[in-house]
Amino acid sequence: MASAAQIATRSIVLPEPLSLDSGQSLAPVTIAYETYGKLAADKGNAVLVCHATTGDQYVASNNPVTGKPGWWDRMVGSGKPIDTDRFHVICANVIGGCMGSTGPASLAEDGEPYGMRFPVITIRDMVRAQVALLGELGIERLHAVVGGSMGGMQALSLGADWPEIPERVLIIAATGTMPAQNIAFQEVGRQAITADPNWQDGAYYGTGKAPDAGLAVARMAAHITYLSEESLTEKFGRRLQDRKAKSFGFDADFQVESYLRYQGSSFTSRFDANSYLYLTRAMSYFDLAEEHGGLLANAFAKSKARYCIVSFDSDWLYPTELSRELVHALNAVGAPVSFVELSAPFGHDSFLLDVPALDEVVTGFLSQ
Amino acid sequence: MSGLRPDLALIAANVAPGSRVLDIGCGDGTLMAALRDDHGCRVQGMEIDPANVTECVAKGLSVIQGDADKDLAFYPDGAFDYAILSQTLQTTMRPDHVLEELLRIGARAFVSFPNFAHWRVRLSLLWGGRMPVTRLLPVAWYETPNIHHVTIADFRAFLSERGITREQSWFLSGDKQCSRSAANFRAEHAIFLLKR
Repeated sequence: MASAAQIATRSIVLPEPLSLDSGQSLAPVTIAYETYGKLAADKGNAVLVCHATTGDQYVASNNPVTGKPGWWDRMVGSGKPIDTDRFHVICANVIGGCMGSTGPASLAEDGEPYGMRFPVITIRDMVRAQVALLGELGIERLHAVVGGSMGGMQALSLGADWPEIPERVLIIAATGTMPAQNIAFQEVGRQAITADPNWQDGAYYGTGKAPDAGLAVARMAAHITYLSEESLTEKFGRRLQDRKAKSFGFDADFQVESYLRYQGSSFTSRFDANSYLYLTRAMSYFDLAEEHGGLLANAFAKSKARYCIVSFDSDWLYPTELSRELVHALNAVGAPVSFVELSAPFGHDSFLLDVPALDEVVTGFLSQ
Repeated sequence: MSGLRPDLALIAANVAPGSRVLDIGCGDGTLMAALRDDHGCRVQGMEIDPANVTECVAKGLSVIQGDADKDLAFYPDGAFDYAILSQTLQTTMRPDHVLEELLRIGARAFVSFPNFAHWRVRLSLLWGGRMPVTRLLPVAWYETPNIHHVTIADFRAFLSERGITREQSWFLSGDKQCSRSAANFRAEHAIFLLKR
């Protein structure tokens, strides 16, 4: 299977070094991105879509690594809620990622891959890079910024720290402050990777060995958190995998085990383990209130954008209460905000799946 | 104003153009849309039913899914020129707290409710001995969302106890306005414009 390094990605190199929240600076910075739909003459129809942890810039076109349709193909496209006949949609791979933007697998100044020498980045750093990309593209205002999960955190960060850019901010299944439970799950994933002897303190590039087993376990653990008990029961129940009886061994007897093993191993062929460490670290550091003097409402004090916040009743990873905190903070500063908890059975993954009410909300909000 | 329910039409006609309005219990957003489109108001809404919220957002309205009993606390003082609570007061857990919140976040508040002392209601209780099921109170006692029935006389007494100013009031019977005299007997439905 092709890796990101082997595929032709559309990208630009930022002219300036990127100053990071850690105090460090990153240069050179390459941003890989895709666009869909025409930019209007007045440049007023740009919509920035921010991807989730393991997403990429291929929001609505075939992913060249997996050959699969774009990760939000059902939402972005001609005649779809984020309508590329109306909007110029931009989606960039986050820095720290592994689909062409500068990340831990990129070469540092000494010609060797960064590995763990890559600086720890934050959600705000990811957004800084995208703001710089918009600058290079000559786009000063966004009709909207849209994101789910980690993408929603980026949308929040853009609205809070670059209030002059977005006219609308749409946040789906996300939070302003990463809660302890989510930090905990991500730590399990990182520990699985770093405990794999093939990880080699992150310097596995070019050794012919990568921490695939650790990364697969990280993905399996995370994948469970993206689903709901209802969807697991519905999809698999206690059904056995290609056998009539339990094996009295440790094979994948159950369908759910087989499914998770497949999810884990297929993930390793498209994702870099060090990127997984850096991106989950960025999420665990995310605390919009802390960044604004301890009060979430302060984050939105200068905002002129309309906000729309969506949660799902079966999402136990980013439950509705976290969304309500955002709503209350936006209410406190008098920002125009819409909020709805949609009913969908798919857990956190609902934002990527067939939820017709989400389509209605996205369509309506983007036309406000 | 065509197409608006008579009580909503009365409210819309008495909102100053260009005002900032919060419509609590905004339903499918009919009043909000009229205030936005015909009166140039900056309107936000709160609604407890997610299907209604979805419909409002799909119409391009800013509406949050929320509960008047819990979620008004998060708005700052004087955030709106008007807070509107139409046909919702009697469904709240603590109508007194909700009314105080309306007058905290809005310079003025429109409050409308079905009058439990309307003669049909009285007759139903007096002759039938049954909880009334009427046009404005269409649901049986065991499943009605109306948990705090109130009469016009009760409401007037409440206003004077709390020192709340009634700027205007309207009374409706069969979708037509009726006079203030004997309103507590004759009106199915009351609308008050209040101020602290």
